[in-house]
Amino acid sequence: MPQDSSERRVVVSGPPRRTRLRSRGRYPHASGYYRPRTEIAEQTTLGHTYVRSLMRSQLRAALSVFAVLVLLVGPLPLLFATIRNSGLQWAVLGFCLYPPMVLLARWYVRRAERNEKDFVRLVEDR
Amino acid sequence: MNQNYAVPAVALVVLATVLVGAFGLRISRTTSDFYVASRTVGPRLNATAISGEYLSGASFLGIAGLVLVQGPDMLWYPVGYTAGYLVLLLFVAAPLRRSGAYTLPDFAEARLASQQVRRLAGAFVLGVGWLYLLPQLQGAGLTLAVLTGAPAPLGGIIVAVVVVATVAAGGMRSVTFVQAFQYWLKLTALSVPALFLVLAWQGDGAPRDAFAEPVTFRDHHVVRIDHSLHLRLSRPLDVTATGTIDGRRYTGEPVDLDAGVHRIERGTRLTFAPGAPVPTADHGSNGGMSSSLASGRRERPLYATYGLILATFLGTMGLPHVVVRFYTSPHGGAARRTTVAVLALIGGFYLLPPVYGALGRLYAPELTLAGDADAAVLLLPQRMIGGLGADLLGALVAGGAFAAFLSTASGLTMAVAGVLTQDVLPARGVRHFRLGTLLAMAVPLAASLLVGGLPVADAVGLAFAVSASSFCPLLVLGIWWRRLTPPGAAAGMLAGGGSAFVAVAATMAGFTGTGTLHALLAWPALWSVPLGFLTMVLVSLATPRRVPAQTAAILARFHLPEELRTEVKA
Repeated sequence: MPQDSSERRVVVSGPPRRTRLRSRGRYPHASGYYRPRTEIAEQTTLGHTYVRSLMRSQLRAALSVFAVLVLLVGPLPLLFATIRNSGLQWAVLGFCLYPPMVLLARWYVRRAERNEKDFVRLVEDR
Repeated sequence: MNQNYAVPAVALVVLATVLVGAFGLRISRTTSDFYVASRTVGPRLNATAISGEYLSGASFLGIAGLVLVQGPDMLWYPVGYTAGYLVLLLFVAAPLRRSGAYTLPDFAEARLASQQVRRLAGAFVLGVGWLYLLPQLQGAGLTLAVLTGAPAPLGGIIVAVVVVATVAAGGMRSVTFVQAFQYWLKLTALSVPALFLVLAWQGDGAPRDAFAEPVTFRDHHVVRIDHSLHLRLSRPLDVTATGTIDGRRYTGEPVDLDAGVHRIERGTRLTFAPGAPVPTADHGSNGGMSSSLASGRRERPLYATYGLILATFLGTMGLPHVVVRFYTSPHGGAARRTTVAVLALIGGFYLLPPVYGALGRLYAPELTLAGDADAAVLLLPQRMIGGLGADLLGALVAGGAFAAFLSTASGLTMAVAGVLTQDVLPARGVRHFRLGTLLAMAVPLAASLLVGGLPVADAVGLAFAVSASSFCPLLVLGIWWRRLTPPGAAAGMLAGGGSAFVAVAATMAGFTGTGTLHALLAWPALWSVPLGFLTMVLVSLATPRRVPAQTAAILARFHLPEELRTEVKA
């Protein structure tokens, strides 16, 4: 090694992140450059932790919507058995339950997609 | 009913099905096309196809019939069928699509890397699929018999032949088009007549006693009993009878019947006074397998209702023809959005059958006596409107009913045949798939010719119970729980699904028990679903060393969005 190496200026640089990101188009990280991505791909403990966190947030979304459904539907048979108003039963079962179910589904899908988007952002370090 | 219009309508539906299927055949080239339509079906088309497939004869005819006989409690069926899709969306839809498997056995094998579990799942697909196909064929037979007086098995045979032909010829690609087409057909066939019927009801002064309990006759009504039956009366009844009741002959004289069960011989004519409550025929004592679930419901109404809710909410995700549809979505996100669209489509459809049920209670209450209340939807136009218009509307309904049997039967046959081809028959390939199709339809057809009928919606409910206690634990735990092991999955499916299956078989075989035991067997979901889950969890925890080595990677694949996964693989 030459002795004057310490005096020479060495430029150390990585590829500028943003430009690289753009230039790769749809798959900016195909090389697995960033860490979380690699961790997941290589199934390290840390990678598992990332996947677990996604699973947990998705499960939480599913369970909370399921809980709303159970609270909405669960008491109804008891209610009908005590009130014995068949007109009410016709109205609720024949019509009123369908709109809330569709709304719950839409709410869940939005939440699940947001979870995934957040996760992708986390993993890609954006 | 005037068969001059109904027969061409049914023929037209059958012809259209074959033609649309043939259109699919022209563009169905590869094996992937065949099984999953190459996974290129967009959310809208796919959602329509799923709905078309899902709305079976049980929805089209059965719900109105059950509501007619047993009242608004039966509206839990459509609610459950719809909510089942919501539960499926929450826990299963996207991960199932990302799992990349074709069928439920494929899923079991991918998740647990075990041939035994795969075979067990395959056996349950066959069981559930055949349980579900049986009422479709019987319902088709009933429809054709009511419309034309044809012998009962004929309708079932026609459905079987058409379905085998379309499925074997075109596979999934052609089935997708057929079913999307049939959803709109069914919706039209039920909504247009419903509109006219409601107008007729308005014209009749909009009587509201449809919602009263129990149903009563609105005017003098003469009922001819075509088959000897047992009549169950909850309160004394005054009728005018010509014929034989409880072994005594009457000739047009008034009879006071006490509360209880009375035997009425065939050919008897009963004349009911206005305001008389409509009695219900007791099918349990009629022999055959039609020991109706109604008696279990009568004894333990609350238990039966909760059993029904649990079975339908959790059973939908395990129905073989429902699951196979999710693999045709291009990716997990699309699978989710498809499911929301499906919820809206089937929810919209289910607003209609209760209308028929309510009108049936007003205008055709005596169908509860004849025991073929499933025909109410078909007969109402004739009863309420009459004339040429009624004939045309009746023909439309008949066509829709046939579309319902055809579409669900094709989806089920597709799924069952897939399992038969992959796991039972020796070699794979499209030619063997065609053989599998034949076999998939032959078994339920033979069974439908051998045994009598449960009400269509009840029989379908039993298939839901088995599915809810076997596949629901497998799917939910398989997708969300890391510690699931092959022995655990197998034990859970056997304990939950197996016991539900035994209960269902006992009920269908006319197990004559009464009281609590009968209710437990007729509505098994409430105990068999927890049993399935519990066994699966406990046995898995007891065999921690058998957790498949690849579990973490597989769960990552189930849950990671596709945009990450494709790159991970590359």
